[in-house]
Amino acid sequence: MSTRRFLAVALVVSLLVAGVASYYASSHPDGLEYVAEQTGFIDSAKDSATADSPLADYQTSGVDDPRLSGGLAGVIGVLVMLVLSTGLFWLVRRREPADGRD
Amino acid sequence: MHVPDGFLDAPTSVATGVVAAAAVAVALRAARHELDDRTAPRAGLVATFVFAAQMINFPVGAGTSGHLMGGALAAVLAGPWTAVLCLAVVLLVQALLMADGGITALGTNITLIGIVTVAVGWAVFVLLRRVLPKRLEMVAPAAAAGALASVPVAALLFTGLFAIGGNAPVDLAAVATAMFGWHTVIGIGEAVITGLVVASVVATRPDLVHGARPLIAERELVTRKVVPS
Repeated sequence: MSTRRFLAVALVVSLLVAGVASYYASSHPDGLEYVAEQTGFIDSAKDSATADSPLADYQTSGVDDPRLSGGLAGVIGVLVMLVLSTGLFWLVRRREPADGRD
Repeated sequence: MHVPDGFLDAPTSVATGVVAAAAVAVALRAARHELDDRTAPRAGLVATFVFAAQMINFPVGAGTSGHLMGGALAAVLAGPWTAVLCLAVVLLVQALLMADGGITALGTNITLIGIVTVAVGWAVFVLLRRVLPKRLEMVAPAAAAGALASVPVAALLFTGLFAIGGNAPVDLAAVATAMFGWHTVIGIGEAVITGLVVASVVATRPDLVHGARPLIAERELVTRKVVPS
């Protein structure tokens, strides 16, 4: 498999996981939340300053259909991740000696 | 295991913030040795995939769930320093965009999920790579073992932070026992996902797996040795 094709497959898988499969994820509290409920410190949690953000809790505000709302939030998140992380790694990367910069 | 705002007091949150910032600063320099024109785009996709995979909470019985943390996975696929940066970007996007994990808790979350799981996952992986047979088939199981260990260690470290700066007076032994117990079970899920993902990449393009590089180099060396000159 060529590298280009491999990366394309990885991106499609990420989009499908975040955009489609996430709808079927368990909605039970995660391990930490559950332990916090059981042992009695869940009430010390405060709402995040970003709790009113348009994508808070992986739901797109203004989109009523839960499947679409969550899927859209996941897809937007994946695209933001792709741009930010690839951009960061591209800046951090070692330039080849031929490049003349180091 | 995203820590929300409010669980830990301000001094503890500032302290983990300093630890996280220092680790990210070191990683930004050290990751240069892992990232070049070819590996940088792949590393971006590793971070992106970890973000997507973290959205999938799997049930772990009795009304609770867990999801991949991804430290061991990212370290084996992209290298440990790059993995710290991967998880830092994931946690930043989650906190700012998705309100998943607190803002004042960002340093805590980067420390636990971005540093501890990467460090433990990579350390176990490297140790196993050293003692297991030098074969590509061993990469995925070694990665899975690193993943398995990384989750309960992060959970215990959270308990340690909670003991120092928890904002609620609760029985610490109960917190430690419950955190360790549940996160050992979640660690099994972490191990399964990590093992499957690493195994599929090793099966298609082993050269893209950072943790498999010494084995590939060794394999090429052996090949050269047996070819008659």
